[in-house]
Formats: sequence, C-alpha cells, structure tokens
Amino acid sequence: MSVAPAVMNTASTALPTAEQHGIKEHSDGRFGFVPVQTRSERFKSFEVADFGPVTGREAVWKLSPVSRFTDLTSGELDGTPYDVSWEPASGIDVAWVPRDDARVGSAGAPEERAAANAWTAFEKALAITVSGEEPKEFTLTRALLGAAARGAHVLIEAKPFSQAVVILENVGDARLSENVEIILGESANLTVVSLQEWDDTAVHLANHFASVGRDARLKHVVVSLGGSIVRVNPSIHLVGAGSDIEALGLYFADAGQHLEQQVYINHDAPHSRSRVTYKGALQGDGARTVWIGDVLIGPKAAGTDSYEQNRNLVLTEGTRADSIPNLEIETGDILGAGHASATGRFDDEQLFYLQSRGIPEEEARRLVVRGFLTEIVQKIGLPILEERLQGAIEAELRGSDGE
Amino acid sequence: MSVLEIKDLHVTVETDQGVKQILRGVDLVINEDEIHAIMGPNGSGKSTLAYTIAGHPKYHVESGSILLDGAEVLTMTVDERARAGLFLAMQYPVEIPGVTVTNFLRTAKTAIDGEAPAIRGWVKDVRESMSNLRMDKAFAERNVNEGFSGGEKKRNEILQLELLKPRFAVLDETDSGLDVDALKIVSEGVNRAKAETGLGIVLITHYTRILRYIKPDFVHVFVNGRIAEQGGHELADRLEDEGYDRYLEGTNVG
Repeated sequence: MSVAPAVMNTASTALPTAEQHGIKEHSDGRFGFVPVQTRSERFKSFEVADFGPVTGREAVWKLSPVSRFTDLTSGELDGTPYDVSWEPASGIDVAWVPRDDARVGSAGAPEERAAANAWTAFEKALAITVSGEEPKEFTLTRALLGAAARGAHVLIEAKPFSQAVVILENVGDARLSENVEIILGESANLTVVSLQEWDDTAVHLANHFASVGRDARLKHVVVSLGGSIVRVNPSIHLVGAGSDIEALGLYFADAGQHLEQQVYINHDAPHSRSRVTYKGALQGDGARTVWIGDVLIGPKAAGTDSYEQNRNLVLTEGTRADSIPNLEIETGDILGAGHASATGRFDDEQLFYLQSRGIPEEEARRLVVRGFLTEIVQKIGLPILEERLQGAIEAELRGSDGE
Repeated sequence: MSVLEIKDLHVTVETDQGVKQILRGVDLVINEDEIHAIMGPNGSGKSTLAYTIAGHPKYHVESGSILLDGAEVLTMTVDERARAGLFLAMQYPVEIPGVTVTNFLRTAKTAIDGEAPAIRGWVKDVRESMSNLRMDKAFAERNVNEGFSGGEKKRNEILQLELLKPRFAVLDETDSGLDVDALKIVSEGVNRAKAETGLGIVLITHYTRILRYIKPDFVHVFVNGRIAEQGGHELADRLEDEGYDRYLEGTNVG
C-alpha cells in the first residue's frame, strides 16, 4: 500500500520541471531510460505490435496475475460479433458498426497490450447510441461469450442533452479483453453500470475510456462479484468545461478471486468535478483486490473539485488488498483535491461484541458487510439494481462460508 | 426468582509469556434485584471474571461452573448467553464500521426476543432511553461506537442495557473515564433499568465513587484471582479510606 504525495494548494506561477527535481537522463549508465513521470504521458497505441511482451513488471500489470491470461495479452483473439440480448427501449439504438465508425478511437487509446490486442482484433463494434431528453433505462446482457479468447469493442454514445441509464450485464463464462468507449455530448446525463457476475472460471480484462463533454454528467459504476480474474479499468477524460464524473465501485473477492480496478480521472477543462468511491470486501484464502486511483489535474483545469477514496473490508485471513491513490496537480487554482484509502479488518472483537448482544455469528458478519457496502449501493441510486445487488452481496457472504 | 451462580471458577489466559492463571476459585451467588460490587486492585482478575461470564474466546475455563437458573452457561456460545439473559457492559466497546446504532439495536433486540419488536413502541422506547441518557438523536444514525468519546461509548452500553432488558448484567469498569456529570447520567440509567426489570447486577470497579450513585447490596474484594473479603456497603466505605493495601501484602499484582 502506498500513499501519494500530498495536495498542492497554493496558487503558484511556475511549476518545477522534472529537471529541477533531478529527474533527468543520467550520464552514468542508465542507458537513457527515464521512467514516465506523469500519468498523461504513458505510451498509447491502437496496435498490439507496438507493445512488447507482457512481463508483469510494467506499472499497469505489476499487481495482476499476468501468467494466467497470456492468451489475452499475446494470443490471437476472436473479434467477431457475439450474442447479446436486450429489451428495446425508446431513444436507445443498438447496432454492430464497422471499425471506421467515426466514434471509434475518439474517447481514448490503449495503454497496455491486452487492450491493444482487443483493439487490433475486433471486426465490428457494438454501438449503443442514446438520444432524447427523457430518462430511460436499458440493460444489455452478455451471457454466451464462452471460453474462447475474444477481443471486443463497445461504444456508448450519449448525444447532447440526452439522458439514460445503461447497464452492461455480464454473466456466464468468458475469456474477454475489451475496450469500451463512452462518449458524452454537451450536457448529456449518462449512467453506465458494468456488472460482472461471471462464472467462477471467467477472465475479463476491460478498459473503459470515457470522454465527458461540456456540462455533461457521467456516473460510472463498476460492480465486480463473479469471475476468476476481473480487471476493469475506467479512464475518464473530463474534456469539457463543467464536466462531472461520479465513479463508483463495488467488489467482493472470494477465495482465489482476483478483482482489480485502475481508475484514472483526467481533469482537462475548467470547473470539472470528480468523485471516486470504491469499496470492496475480501473473504477466503487468496482473495485478492487491487485498486489504483490516479487523478490528474491538468494545467487547463482551473476550479477543479476532486476527491477519491477506496475502502476495503477484510473478513478473513489469507487475503490481500492493494490500495494505491495517486494525485498529480499541475495548476494551483483549484477548489479542492483529496484522497483517502483505508483497509480494515473485521476482527474477532467486533464479532464478540455483536454476539454478546445476542446476534448469531453469521448474522453479525452479514450485518457488518452489508452496512459497509450499502453506501455504494445507495449511491448507485437505481431501484432496479438495489435489491439485486443486496441479494448478490448476501449470496457472496453465504457462498464463501463453505469455501 | 432468577439466580446466577459462579462455582469454584478457575480461568487461564494465553499471553505471550505462556499460559497465565488469572482466576483461582471464584464463588459468587447473585440473585435477581441484587447489586454486587466487585472491587479490587488492577490485575486482580475482575475483568477476566466479566469476560468469562460473557464467553470471550481468549479466556479458558479450567474448572468450575457458571449456572443461570441451574443451566450451565459455560457450554453456551457467546450469543446464546446473551439470549439466555446475560449482558456485559464493556470497558472498551469496539467500533463496528458500517452498522448504525439504530440497525444494531433493532438486530440485537430481535435476536434476543426471537421476534422483531413492534415498530412504533420500539422507536418510542429507543428515543426515550436515548433522551434519558442525554444522547443526541444524531447518535442513532452513527455507526456503533465509531468516533464516540469515552463517555458516549459508556452511555451507549447503558442504552443497550435498558433496551435489551437482561436478567443479569455485568458492568465492567463502567465508571472509568467518566466525568461526574456523565457518571451520574450513566448511574441513573443503571438504576432505572433495575427498577424496571429487577435485574441482578455485578458492578466491577476499581474506585468507590460510582457506589455513591449505585448502592450495592454486597461488596466483594477481589485479590489475586479470588474473593478475599465480602461484606455490605460499609466495606466499600472502608476501602475508600484505606485502599487495597492491606490485602496486598505478600502478593504481586503486577
């Protein structure tokens, strides 16, 4: 676990350069290698061949079990369209669009090999286009992806002034690397929920790239409960003045499960606002979670208001939670920027206390975990999901008791 | 008539230095509606007695028994003991993140009664008890003990005592860390609970000052893991004047 540098809060004129910090090429045998110093300068490419083989030492991979999904980082991926199901809704258009669709590549570009591999492989993108100012809810289900390695591309576009909730529901088995581009036009109001309730065998590597336009509001939710390895990395570009992101995450790792999320918020316009809240529970031997939260407040982002936090609740021995908040600030003229991270144990004294008030052990555990995770369920604020998520949390608690 | 009997209780605890004998043959009989003060120097085993009655896993009973109306308490789990009518007000109550006081109280009450309390009466009871203990309404929505001051934690313990209505309660150093106003409020709560339900009380304390507000029927002096002397309220007065020195000759209380 690490804690990032503290907040710079005074209005400063000139920022120190890397050279002033002594971060520059040395003449003494470092072979000209200078590590990337700012999040925005990481290497990006749409071409898988531009990335070297994954070793597990890369910043973006160092906390992931890379040996368990070499097929997704270096194998050939099936990029053909797959089975999806949805209930039609007014103002929501769903179509498979060709690679030369103008929206492809407009929200971001891969920063690692699995994402580039998917980008290179996909034949058609699944495009969900939202129009119309009236509120609406839409769920798209992927249940039949199967165990063959697949590369996919999803586009979600919210036209200017449109409003919707889009739920991507993922169940069944999968070995999937995908890129999801989320494009919000001016003043659009969009909620995207990526719900991972995969089978125990599934491996899912996803990069979400969002571009949030002027005065647009995105609520981005990652719920990861099922799957062997689930890694969903949202990268949110606040590109329009007054743009707003609320990024929420809820995860529950059982024995042997790896759940990861690397959240990147790029404040790139004045008066943008971000709130990142991820909460997770870990239970069982080898349960593993990773949360990395990068916030960059760029030189154009005067008046930024930003806060990110991650909380983990450790229920048993033998688990590991990594929680790494990072904050980079390139302008002094901001409203606020803060971060918090805490990983706590549900310990025997808490159990004793609750039991000493008559509450049986299992119910005591449920009470604590439900209480801890409910904050996120409530923030998601969708009645259609609330009961389902509460039920899923209960099932997680019950299911892993016997493991 | 309910009775809690402790018979020849021997208890050890595992420490870094190995197994340590703490209780060395405790005998105590508490009838309902009685208040027994257990007083003694630090390290004499008072808290061990409290936690052993409640069933904390850290303490191992080597021999002896604890009977609640004839039923063996030692074979019950922690929650079974609470449902049988035992209550421990803790010296250092732990924080429970993510669980509000309201939710916690309702869950505990439901567990102990075997059915959910009728909403309207329950809400009124909680509100009344909180107001009696001078607890702000906002407490109900805070997480249990999270960010509570020492005095607030103790009041929260007594709130539970009043609402859960046990037959016997052990109050472990409930007076420690309380200023005189808080001590009065907490003592009034204990007296109110006793007046209402006639519960039996084991009042564990190092100092005599809480005995000004809660009048014990019996005083037991606890030294080196057993009861060294017992008497009525006059014994407390004597301890107030003389302290524990006369019990401590030749013993090492650490």
